[in-house]
Amino acid sequence: MIANVSIYEILTLTTLLFFIGLYGFLTRKNLITMLMSIELLLNASVINFVVINKYMFPEMLQGVYFSIFIIAVAAAETALAISIIINLYRLKVSVDVNETETMKY
Amino acid sequence: MRHEIVLLVLILMLLVFEIFTKTEQKKSLIYLALGLFAIHTISGFFQSTDGVLFGGSYRTNELIHFFKNILNVGVLIILLQSVDWLEKVAHYNKLPEFFILLFSSLIGMYFMISSGDFLMFYIGLELSTLPLVALVAYNSADIKGNEAAIKLILSAALASAISLFGMTFIYATGGSIFFESIATQLTVSPLAILGLIFFFSGVAFKISLAPFHFWTADVYEGAPIGITSYLSVISKGAAIFILMTILFKVLPVLSVQWKDIVWGVAVLTMFVGNLFALRQNNMKRYLAFSSIAQAGFILMGIINAEQLGASTVIFFVMVYIFSNLGAFGVVQAISNATGKENMDDYTGLYRTNPMLSLVMLLSLFSLAGIPPVAGFFGKFFLYTAAAQKGYYLLVFLAVINVTISLYYYLLPVRAMFLRKSDDAIPYFKSPVFMRIGLLLAIAGIFVLGLYSPVYNYIEELSKLL
Repeated sequence: MIANVSIYEILTLTTLLFFIGLYGFLTRKNLITMLMSIELLLNASVINFVVINKYMFPEMLQGVYFSIFIIAVAAAETALAISIIINLYRLKVSVDVNETETMKY
Repeated sequence: MRHEIVLLVLILMLLVFEIFTKTEQKKSLIYLALGLFAIHTISGFFQSTDGVLFGGSYRTNELIHFFKNILNVGVLIILLQSVDWLEKVAHYNKLPEFFILLFSSLIGMYFMISSGDFLMFYIGLELSTLPLVALVAYNSADIKGNEAAIKLILSAALASAISLFGMTFIYATGGSIFFESIATQLTVSPLAILGLIFFFSGVAFKISLAPFHFWTADVYEGAPIGITSYLSVISKGAAIFILMTILFKVLPVLSVQWKDIVWGVAVLTMFVGNLFALRQNNMKRYLAFSSIAQAGFILMGIINAEQLGASTVIFFVMVYIFSNLGAFGVVQAISNATGKENMDDYTGLYRTNPMLSLVMLLSLFSLAGIPPVAGFFGKFFLYTAAAQKGYYLLVFLAVINVTISLYYYLLPVRAMFLRKSDDAIPYFKSPVFMRIGLLLAIAGIFVLGLYSPVYNYIEELSKLL
């Protein structure tokens, strides 16, 4: 727990973080930036889990260990996505979303 | 727990065998993996013990065991159908990868459907998705495959991030991440409803329900056909099962809210899937939209929220697995032999390849729900499940959709049987494994349609949900 900071302030922060990430994901044209937006989304959930655990249910550590697992899985996800982006870059020499539209509708 | 352990041992065995196999004999690994998986499938049918592990994170009972067996049979059929493709296309160094990634994804699904808390559910979901992404981009020189893979991983990552955010809210209101504690402690509050919506939209991505279906057609088209059928039947079936478990058992307090959501999403999914399927020419895209529409029908069983709903959904998922695998098998057989994937190329197929056209006909009839085959009973039971709770408007809209779907399911049939063509695909002999795969799918369609004890058995089991 942080002194003089209530759960509402932190939850407001994470909600903002979540929607900034969502906005970024939907508007960016660069694949790497889209991945960064995904990280923002996941980090919002991580902070949420830790904060809810600390402020509301401090007797159990469920939220905290959930957040550790999220971080690990997010790393795996990013590694895979980056490897595919690199492969795509080799084939197209571009990391722009507009280039990945061979298949549509 | 036997399913997971045996499959894990199988993966390790494949890794070891790969090291000790000479380069020119790598092809034999296909048959080895196939044989080992067949043994695994058969061993799954033996009696297994019920219980919970890891403090309630993992639970298993007869129903979950049975559902894992269904998934196993589906994967076995997919492997049988993919042997020919693997022999022709795959680079020998990448052969074991195909099986190892596919089996890892299957283990993820096992853990997902026997999860007892949100943590195990999340890890299972990711473990089932990430290897699939690598498999979609299996042919790394193919631009379409890579494009499909990047679309899949970005959508899947977004979906899981959204559902995680929903889980945090459910955790905040339910006070735990364990399903059993949440079921008793959760109360109706705006935060819980928000959590439900976020969570539902995340899982809806995985099942490709209507507002979240945009990745489906592109990924299905770009992926190798074996992987496409895996995505459309196994991955979807497992996600539907766990969504049903969570909605029925963990969030019954919010049932008024989630029934509204499911109602709206079901209608939208059916209309979007059916109307977009009308304009497709590529068979993979066509089957992708058909599978979106089928997911909409499945929601009719979920809206029942009781035992009848559970048994109809599981029965329909079984029917759907066999019918879709029959259709995808024919598409794959033709694609392997000639490289053609469009509906126009199928014109006059009956005169040159009568058996393949017959398999396609039966599968499409089953998907459309025409009486002698299983699909009719699957759809009929889903209607009963929705009508039992008084959702007559939903049933009415579903019947309209079946009428639309009949039109496009009969388009390939018309092309194959009624049209003549001078440049029809010439006669070819399908390899023996492909035939066994198609035969199993057709046998499944007929057994499920004509032999009623199967449904009674599922009804008995679904009390355990």
